[in-house]
Amino acid sequence: MDILRFATAGSVDDGKSTLIGRLLFDSKAIFEDQLASVERTSRDRGEEGTNLALLTDGLRAEREQGITIDVAYRYFATPRRKFIIADTPGHIQYTRNMVTGASTADLAIILVDARNGLTEQSRRHAFLTTLLRVPHLVLAVNKMDLVGYDQQVFEEICEEFSKFATKLEVQDLTFIPISALNGDNVVDRSANMPWYDGPSLLHHLEHLHIASDRNLIDVRFPVQYVIRPHASSDPELHDYRGYAGQVAGGVLKPGDEVLHMPSGFSTRIKKIELAGKEVEEAFPPMSVTLLLDDDVDISRGDLICRPNNRPAAAQDIEGMVCWMSADRPLAPRSRLVVKHTTRTVKAIVTDLHYRIDVNTLHRDETATQLGLNEIGRVRMRLTQPVFADPYSRNRLTGGMILIDEASNTTVGTVMITDAR
Amino acid sequence: MRSDYLLSQLDVLESESIHIMREVAAEFERPALLFSGGKDSIVMLALAEKAFRPANIPFPVMHIDTGHNFPEVIDFRDRRAAELGVRLIVASVQESIDSGRAVEETGRWVSRNRLQTVTLLDAIEEQRFDALFGGARRDEEKARAKERVFSFRDEFGQWDPKNQRPELWNLYNARIKRGEHIRVFPLSNWTELDIWDYIERENLEIPSIYYAHERLVFERDGILLADNEYLTRTEDEQPFMATVRYRTVGDMTITGAVVSGATTVAEVITEVAATRITERGATRADDRTSEAAMEDRKREGYF
Ligand SMILES: Nc1nc2c(ncn2[C@@H]2O[C@H](COP(=O)(O)OP(=O)(O)OP(=O)(O)O)[C@@H](O)[C@H]2O)c(=O)[nH]1
Ligand SMILES: [Mg+2]
Repeated sequence: MDILRFATAGSVDDGKSTLIGRLLFDSKAIFEDQLASVERTSRDRGEEGTNLALLTDGLRAEREQGITIDVAYRYFATPRRKFIIADTPGHIQYTRNMVTGASTADLAIILVDARNGLTEQSRRHAFLTTLLRVPHLVLAVNKMDLVGYDQQVFEEICEEFSKFATKLEVQDLTFIPISALNGDNVVDRSANMPWYDGPSLLHHLEHLHIASDRNLIDVRFPVQYVIRPHASSDPELHDYRGYAGQVAGGVLKPGDEVLHMPSGFSTRIKKIELAGKEVEEAFPPMSVTLLLDDDVDISRGDLICRPNNRPAAAQDIEGMVCWMSADRPLAPRSRLVVKHTTRTVKAIVTDLHYRIDVNTLHRDETATQLGLNEIGRVRMRLTQPVFADPYSRNRLTGGMILIDEASNTTVGTVMITDAR
Repeated sequence: MRSDYLLSQLDVLESESIHIMREVAAEFERPALLFSGGKDSIVMLALAEKAFRPANIPFPVMHIDTGHNFPEVIDFRDRRAAELGVRLIVASVQESIDSGRAVEETGRWVSRNRLQTVTLLDAIEEQRFDALFGGARRDEEKARAKERVFSFRDEFGQWDPKNQRPELWNLYNARIKRGEHIRVFPLSNWTELDIWDYIERENLEIPSIYYAHERLVFERDGILLADNEYLTRTEDEQPFMATVRYRTVGDMTITGAVVSGATTVAEVITEVAATRITERGATRADDRTSEAAMEDRKREGYF
């Protein structure tokens, strides 16, 4: 069985948490005591029915305010697949948490309230999911029950979204009209919308083909940790030097010629071990240990690739930034710590090219800084090179996080467009 | 031969957990792994072994011993640590009580559950640990469902659920100041069933109380508790023999047993797959005090 990771997105109150509750409930993934607890809480709060959003809105503050604040992870499996769900908050203040949930998703469900159509926040989230290159998108037009299950309403929203999406890099887009509250087209096809002949949401999630989303072409192995057993008496282990890490791209096999960055030195893979056992090949997202033919000086933060297919050893980075700090803006001359794969270096912002208006996708080139939740394109200079690809080529070697040196918090994220 | 380059769900989870553990070993100076002898920490320890093979696990393991544990579990803990040759640190709640750092609760549910936090935070400070692996899973409980893999704790050991660090892709922010620490949850994305499937696949040994056995129990608030020296029964709480097993392993005072005839991992898996009640709901009295019991404890610095 494989795993599909998906995230919800969309404006506050568009029904994301209710949808996840409904999906879990209708696919019988809710346990009796969880349901009893949610029923009790709904009753205590004087709500009409059982509020299924409470299945994911588990924090005190969330229940008090009736909104999602941080991502909730939920798990369920059908005979076809295991699902990891990230239910993210719609409130603009918590955009960074939405970004957290969406960064690892194979698919995002963008919900839109049928009564309101696209809001600024639906556009922001749609834009962010494409910026994060979530490979598959579903636009779920929710609360169809409140618009009389009207086909025209659905089609107008689809059209509006399609128009917006032409300006984005959308790889795969599906439209589904639903009612999260009543369960229409969530697990089963709805009798209320005979005009819709597509699959239910769950059916779509179960049948989606995701195997080809990974990059199996460019070999990228960021060295995470060097394994050196301190067993000088054991002749077998005396000279053991294993380079441990998680494959970020490509397929590695024993005997392959590989190149070490930054040294540029070439050698061959002697052996690949997974948890101490030899394996024939390694590919994403496997965590393995490589043993090499020659003794090369390799340490954490280095990268192993193929001689004829290398990432850039880049100190100048161009990329799209999503800024996530309320305490300080991002502006030219900002100094930050960058974490890229297994390497941490310092950086200075050399240029802010533009800020994006998420409503119109207009580029404001007069912008002088990025505030909380703003998105823009920057250039950065790093103190040391990182071994990077464009994010569009590889999410793992093309993404980095920005850390504030004083507070140590993560304040931004960069999707690399150009590295040199 | 693999031609599709697909990994099974257990392989994906294993690989993610190993990545997390290596990241901690690489980025922190004094990490430790919290080991209770329960099934999750057993899986976590097995993953740690795999992550660094053929080298030894590069950090000690620590148990917060409440003094109310099942003896089978303590035996298992000591044996497992000895087998692996890891350093086992035992921090004792009893000692915290004796030294006046913690005050024993009274009442019907005399639990040392909450007191563990005092002992844990003291031990972290004393040992100067900067990262602690915990075996918590997000599917266990609704507050856990919200927690990051690298979960920041301030100098008081507190978790602030409204102000968690963003966490993208497989990039974990390990930066802290002195006195602060990170709780790391490598099993975040595992479910109870995944744990059992993994125990079966890897043929992992677990304490005997996870399998059906005869035990003298009594019922309190719908929970089957082992008749034990730490709990005073009331008159209506008459003990009886039953065939039970444990789904979780915590203190004898708060951990309930479930009636079961499952004597093998395969039989346990069949039961877990069919169950309609969560493991904590079925067996843990500590979560019943309020809807937000876990969140409140976690804020204070609990596991
Ligand atoms: N009538 C109707 N109401 C709905 C539907 N889906 C959700 N709601 C209601 O909309 C309100 C908001 O739902 P939530 O699920 O909390 O919204 P959300 O998108 O998770 O909100 P945030 O997480 O805070 O961004 C609740 O009162 C729901 O009951 C629907 O399909 N029909
Ligand atoms: Mg919500």
